[in-house]
Amino acid sequence: MTDTAATALGTLRYDLPHPDRFTTEQVGWVPWLEPPAKDDLTERQLTGLDDERRANSPYFRLLARDPELLLNRTRTDKGIFYNEDAGAPRADRELAAAVASRLNGCVFCASVHARFAGKLSRREDDVARLLEEGVEADLGPRWNAVKAAAIALTQTPIALTSAHVEALRAEGFDELSILDVLQGASFFNNANRLMLTLGRAVQPGVELP
Amino acid sequence: MSPVPTDVIDEIASVPPELGAVRRRRPDVREYAQKYFESIFAPVDDSQFSVADRWLVAAFATRLTADDQTAEFYARRAREASPAAEAVLTAAEQSLWSGPFGHYAEPGLASENTEGLRLLAVEIAGIEPRLAAALAHAHLLTYRLRETDAASHDLLQDAGWSTDGIVTLSQLLAFLAFQQRVIASLTVLKEVFA
Repeated sequence: MTDTAATALGTLRYDLPHPDRFTTEQVGWVPWLEPPAKDDLTERQLTGLDDERRANSPYFRLLARDPELLLNRTRTDKGIFYNEDAGAPRADRELAAAVASRLNGCVFCASVHARFAGKLSRREDDVARLLEEGVEADLGPRWNAVKAAAIALTQTPIALTSAHVEALRAEGFDELSILDVLQGASFFNNANRLMLTLGRAVQPGVELP
Repeated sequence: MSPVPTDVIDEIASVPPELGAVRRRRPDVREYAQKYFESIFAPVDDSQFSVADRWLVAAFATRLTADDQTAEFYARRAREASPAAEAVLTAAEQSLWSGPFGHYAEPGLASENTEGLRLLAVEIAGIEPRLAAALAHAHLLTYRLRETDAASHDLLQDAGWSTDGIVTLSQLLAFLAFQQRVIASLTVLKEVFA
């Protein structure tokens, strides 16, 4: 073992309030494990962060403990959500992310991606109902088809069937658009697992240590 | 050991050329999902989490998630990588459940709390304690991710996991949660658009 950070043990503990429930407000997040300090980041870790602004985030600094995984994960994420060469509108991809987060119980991820989906579609009320009522909320035919596919992909065992894809097709989604929605939901099964398990959510407005 | 596939998702899902062309409309996803896979199973440094143990945890987690081609792929790799594979795969068969379930830390969501199988490392037979702790953590991340708390991290550290090792373990489980679902998606897309 040559990396001294690898020997640093100890779970971090916090006397900070949890959020009360799902919300579109800005939820805080604190890590269970010590991220490298900003000034201690190695060249390899800075490469893994890809964008120096991520060094301000304890979540990304913690993930920078395995720099190559972080870099490849971030670029996968950007490729799914930000490539707007045809395919599904970004709002639909963000909705898939918000549905997965709501079902998995990631209050932090749901807040971020519900805000994105609401802003991009100008359907803030529908998104707020998804957070309040849960994945049973009626979002109209088009978004219900996105929602049903995202639910089926988030369930374990994975429950996606051709009926989910046919329902999207019937709402006008072509093959690339369906792939965008399914990759968006699939990716949030990654993001929710990291956010929910490497740290925890903190009530909006509470100052973080 | 079998060679690393040039595109593991295409290989496991047996993606036909037409669907492959659709996948290539999102070139970064295709390229970096493959690199994400390679950086887990052919890492720069495996001192905190050996590659053999990575295949074992992957075989366990993917079998918990579905009885599909992804689970078969990792089961085969685990058998090539380690004599412990059979015990790990048996443990998976014996601890299948469904998810996501669990209790929320958020007080206003208590009415949505649900119960299910919470697997403990000591309940996993025939596996050494450090690996058993990782399998128990994989069970937690597969079915009841919202229940992870400080105690979950204490258990891993008590079993010998370093901070760096836990980050890689978490990334491996998160990666597989993504990859297995993308493969399930492509498998269905292949049927519908055949």
